[in-house]
Amino acid sequence: MSRPRVVVVDDHQLFRSGVRAELGASVEVVADAGTVDAAIAAIEVHRPDVVLVDVHMPDGGGAAVIRRVHRDHPDTRFLALSVSDAPEDVIATIRAGARGYVTKTISGVDLADAVRRVAGGDAVFSPRLAGFVLDAFADGGGLAAGVDPELDQLTPREREVLRLIARGYAYKEVARRLTLSVKTIETHVSSVLRKLQLSSRHELTRWANDRKLL
Amino acid sequence: MSLIVISGCVRVTLHPMGSIERPPLSARPRQGRLLGGVCAGLEPVLGVPVGLVRFGFLLAALAGGVGIAAYVAGVVLLPEVEGPPAPTRRRDPIELAAIGLILGGGFLLCRASGLWVSDVVAFPGVAAAAGVALVWGRAPERTAILAGRGGPLRIAIGVTLVVGGGIAFLAATGDVGALGRSLALGAVIVVGLLLMGGPAVGRLVGALRSERRQRIRSEERSEISAHLHDSVLQTLALIQVRAGDDREVQRLARRQERELRSWLQGRSPDSAATTVASLVGSMVAEIEDDHAVRVELVVVGDAPLDDRLWALALAGREAVQNAAHHAGVASVDVYLEVEPQQAALFVRDRGRGFDPASVDPDRRGLVDSIRGRMTRAGGRAEVRSALGEGTEVELTVPRAP
Repeated sequence: MSRPRVVVVDDHQLFRSGVRAELGASVEVVADAGTVDAAIAAIEVHRPDVVLVDVHMPDGGGAAVIRRVHRDHPDTRFLALSVSDAPEDVIATIRAGARGYVTKTISGVDLADAVRRVAGGDAVFSPRLAGFVLDAFADGGGLAAGVDPELDQLTPREREVLRLIARGYAYKEVARRLTLSVKTIETHVSSVLRKLQLSSRHELTRWANDRKLL
Repeated sequence: MSLIVISGCVRVTLHPMGSIERPPLSARPRQGRLLGGVCAGLEPVLGVPVGLVRFGFLLAALAGGVGIAAYVAGVVLLPEVEGPPAPTRRRDPIELAAIGLILGGGFLLCRASGLWVSDVVAFPGVAAAAGVALVWGRAPERTAILAGRGGPLRIAIGVTLVVGGGIAFLAATGDVGALGRSLALGAVIVVGLLLMGGPAVGRLVGALRSERRQRIRSEERSEISAHLHDSVLQTLALIQVRAGDDREVQRLARRQERELRSWLQGRSPDSAATTVASLVGSMVAEIEDDHAVRVELVVVGDAPLDDRLWALALAGREAVQNAAHHAGVASVDVYLEVEPQQAALFVRDRGRGFDPASVDPDRRGLVDSIRGRMTRAGGRAEVRSALGEGTEVELTVPRAP
């Protein structure tokens, strides 16, 4: 695959140049932007494969960029980057349409890897995000009426995959552990992402809100 | 009449308040006062609601101005203190009735003995005073008159008493016919004033409110800046000093990050752990500090600590320490999962690993200690490792039924 073209959106200049340097040669950073409006303009001009967005920005953050771009260019893919690991931010950004979430302490190599994965249409789950999903989709006893098992529940296999990711396993390691192919693991993770984005499971919002109060 | 007073006194003294804990000597609080704070200060000492104290002073003031003199003396003699008045021991209804008897009796005694203005002034005055006491009595702050039990009803009765007292006074002194006209005139004047001054008053209230908001905001800002000064700026200064020492810089940055996060989430860093997640969290923080290693902790579920979860957390700490010590890595993944039937803790590193068949005795000992701990708690420990492939320790305990 050719080098994915990337736009970096973050309100901190220092961080943007840091990401540029870290990503190195394996990824082509075509532009960066410091505000939601500048980001949308840059995305219109460059039509990148992947947009790296900061969750927290003064004028609405990553979720605002994702929502506005998704309307016109549903094929643009987003990877959220944040220093925050507050569940409500993570869940909100994923539900707005990001295909993954990594924290800003990620190494350059891992970040480039995540960008390539997102560019290829896969989802990127950090251990923490996997933990959030497991927590949010935990079966608190009997299921409420009106739960759509297609969207509102994880399959045992998906649960297994997420648990391994939460334990710090890379996709490759998960595949080896479960004697499945990496492709199958990616399919499972993408399916979890879809559930996370589309589920109307009210526990999801309640769960995120409960965590906010901690 | 003296009988009334005496019976009241007997009831109150027979039921001495605070015989064990003496109430503090009176002082005038700065908050919750109307005038000089004398009545509010006497409230905890007398054990009588402040409204009744105020009522008593008003009565005494009517009785030849004795109350005014007493009040001025109070302002001069009692020290002023910060803060709201001390909490009051609430008296039961019988005691309140007794106090009422004392006050009422004293009132009549004054009247009989000639220390008296005149019925025309005194009785409406008493009614009005009772009304005022009723409205302001329970209110801890002057602004919160509607707060408290039965607020609106209390205020309605109070206002009726005040207005009734006023009308009675007017009726007794002037002719009632003129009263109607003056009431109408008063109403016209009030409406006129409202029309003219209303908007200005509204603006004033708005300005006061926004000023208040401003003040709260600036207080918050100064609190935040104080915190940042103590913590973040301090750490940044330390990092600049230690710029050559990578491990130390990393450790400082990580500790500051943790502390700032817990502050932002409103948790106090020193609070003792009561759940297994918070215990593991604080243990992990300690290890990060001691070993300059980054521990990625992911937690699913939580539960209050019991013996088994304690054992799990302690064994987990050993495992993390082990990884930080031997694996030669910059980061360790820890995953804690608390389910209804069991709790599990995984410690994983991508370090040098070891061959479980031929481990050096040093490491063997640690593994055995972890395993022993888990077995005693009714759980188990599993260690997976291979040379060059890192290590994973899996600890599980059943949850107590």
